[in-house]
Amino acid sequence: MIRIRVTPEAIDIAAEMALAEATAGAGAVATFTGLVRADDGVGTLELEHYPGATEAALERVAAQAVARWSLGAATIVHRVGPMAPGARIVFVAAAAPHRAAALDACAYLIDRLKTDAPFWKRETRDGEARWVEARETDDAAASRWE
Amino acid sequence: MRLDLLYFAWVRERMGRAHETVELPAGVTDVAGLIDWLAARDEAGAAALADRGRLRAAVDQAFVAIDASIVGAREVALFPPVTGG
Repeated sequence: MIRIRVTPEAIDIAAEMALAEATAGAGAVATFTGLVRADDGVGTLELEHYPGATEAALERVAAQAVARWSLGAATIVHRVGPMAPGARIVFVAAAAPHRAAALDACAYLIDRLKTDAPFWKRETRDGEARWVEARETDDAAASRWE
Repeated sequence: MRLDLLYFAWVRERMGRAHETVELPAGVTDVAGLIDWLAARDEAGAAALADRGRLRAAVDQAFVAIDASIVGAREVALFPPVTGG
């Protein structure tokens, strides 16, 4: 089962975990949560996306993970719009019969979504907004799965 | 050829619009040619599209290289490198 959500609402991890754990045949669920860092002066983080293309890209990433690790379920929930420091930006989960597949698939989901899905971050510090630059380390992390 | 164009992040801000529909001249057949045409069209296009190394594109919602064809495309998006997650 693939579950993709792109939403302006706060991410409800308990609800998402409950869904992932309810996967038939699951013996392991690995998850990753990305947060707005609260320690480096960012006042607001805003996420822009490409409606339609974003969901399609996340579906592809999740389907690749399901096929590669024979997952019972893959979840990607990504928040969009303005959010405050400490807020959850993204949550991914991989459910599999055993831990190795769940852990690897979880890393794959977050690594690939960073390079393959059309999201853009804009942060505001001291009232001044700027677009966050892409990082080459993200490309390197994504390419290790090729 | 009629084409819907979408702009995101700082490309959108510098273009001064999020989307538009254009009638392409016959000689514009790939993303690079489209960028050249938009950059020559007005000041906003020149400012938004000056930094070619930091532009990415999608044709009909799929990421493509800058030399990809746009012949027969319905929608092209131009944007900076993505920064989600």
